[in-house]
Amino acid sequence: MREKESGLITRRGALIAGAAAVGGVILARRFPKILPPTCGNVLRAGDSFTYGMHRALLSDGALAREYRLEDITSFPATGTFDPGASTKPELKELAQSYRRLQDGAFADWRLPVGGSVERPRTFSLADLKQFTPRTQITRHTCEEGWTAIGQWTGVPLSAVLDAVGVKTTARFVVFTSYDDWVDCIDMSDARHPQTILAYQMNGRDLPIPHGAPVRLRLERQIGYKSMKFLRGVTVADNFVDGGDKGSIRNGWAWYNGI
Amino acid sequence: MADKAAAGSGHAAWVRVTHWIITLAVLTLVFSGFEILMVHPRLYWGKAGNDLTPALLELPISRNYKHRGYDRPVALTANESGPVSANRTYDIFNQNGWGRSLHFLAAWFLVLPGLVYLLFGLLRGHFRRHIWPRRTASPGGAAEPRPPSGTPGPAYYGALQKVAYSFVIFVAAPLMVATGLTMSPAVTTAWPFLLDLFGGYQSARTIHFFASAVLVLFVLVHVVMVVRSGFQRHMRAMTLGR
Repeated sequence: MREKESGLITRRGALIAGAAAVGGVILARRFPKILPPTCGNVLRAGDSFTYGMHRALLSDGALAREYRLEDITSFPATGTFDPGASTKPELKELAQSYRRLQDGAFADWRLPVGGSVERPRTFSLADLKQFTPRTQITRHTCEEGWTAIGQWTGVPLSAVLDAVGVKTTARFVVFTSYDDWVDCIDMSDARHPQTILAYQMNGRDLPIPHGAPVRLRLERQIGYKSMKFLRGVTVADNFVDGGDKGSIRNGWAWYNGI
Repeated sequence: MADKAAAGSGHAAWVRVTHWIITLAVLTLVFSGFEILMVHPRLYWGKAGNDLTPALLELPISRNYKHRGYDRPVALTANESGPVSANRTYDIFNQNGWGRSLHFLAAWFLVLPGLVYLLFGLLRGHFRRHIWPRRTASPGGAAEPRPPSGTPGPAYYGALQKVAYSFVIFVAAPLMVATGLTMSPAVTTAWPFLLDLFGGYQSARTIHFFASAVLVLFVLVHVVMVVRSGFQRHMRAMTLGR
């Protein structure tokens, strides 16, 4: 009895080891080749592992749940709710330029899109509205634990990237904002159909507390990755951590699919 | 080793290793999970919930409890009595920079050793023979000899003990993982059935909280039982395996 059982375990063991090896190879092939820097922090290493496993295990093309109009909820504005009101000395110039744009109803707002692209270009709000818009009613998931449902209209980021011609060496898309943050997303997120540069919320111009005139909507990650008050877009071949203006050196995760 | 475990003198090596890794992971998850809850100590039911919508339950566990630090709400849609937006003016408690990342790092140390444990438990017959509660054999049948009370080792688990372990292994722990995954926007994008299973993100978060409370209660009872029925013998069985 015992002999037979141990023989069975050996055969099972061989099968399991084989399955694990095949699984390991598939995982390794899909695991991202460029990971964010950990800055010597074990927590950031954990974030990177989660990022890699998500990219390796979860399908790229699936869409985040979209809701009905009647599902729209109230929506707190947290973090910066008016970059023009900033009193920080180092943000004085940014605050002034944002106030000027705001006074002109953002007619003078421009979004430079450059970096590792064939045809760098600067877009006005009107230019962005020339693209076929996408409207989606999605759930905003804040790292704090609350959620809110809103309707967003904007231009798919992939359409803007196609318009400027992304080079084949490009791996990340970097965003800067009028409240002085720098953040980047990988090409899987940048090319996702629901990743849009949103200029409307619930059918109206994007309110200032929610990121006027244009914010990013990134539906597969936590709320703070959907950068508000966009100022510029740079396509990069390598990872850009944003230094003091990025999440990693401020003690926060770069990947927030969880 | 398998023979020894079967003889009830201690636990198999794979049980001992996974037990202590998972112990550390669970302690870390409870600690970081509590920090995360402190940041937004409000629970809801359904898809969405936030400071501007009614809560199911508010927990007085941080300075964020009922802080009401918002300026005047403004209508977000054409419906003036509909959804609103308000700017938060209150400086909330928020240590999620390390709290969340520690939680997810610890979760890997629960999930991966947990999978190893489930695989071994199934293949080695550990669940069938020791964990899953079964009606005791009828008198005169191949009944197991009645052990002296509190003997360490899986062969001597009592009926209630088996029910408790089965509940944790097959119900509570998987529920924690599944409701945790339901709070991940990347995971629910790929596997949207999770949102339907638990009735939405906020329902999953609320279930996650109550299931964690049940698990903490289990850990407390577990430790009390270990201490009361021979702490040294049990520790030897779960560390040295004899």
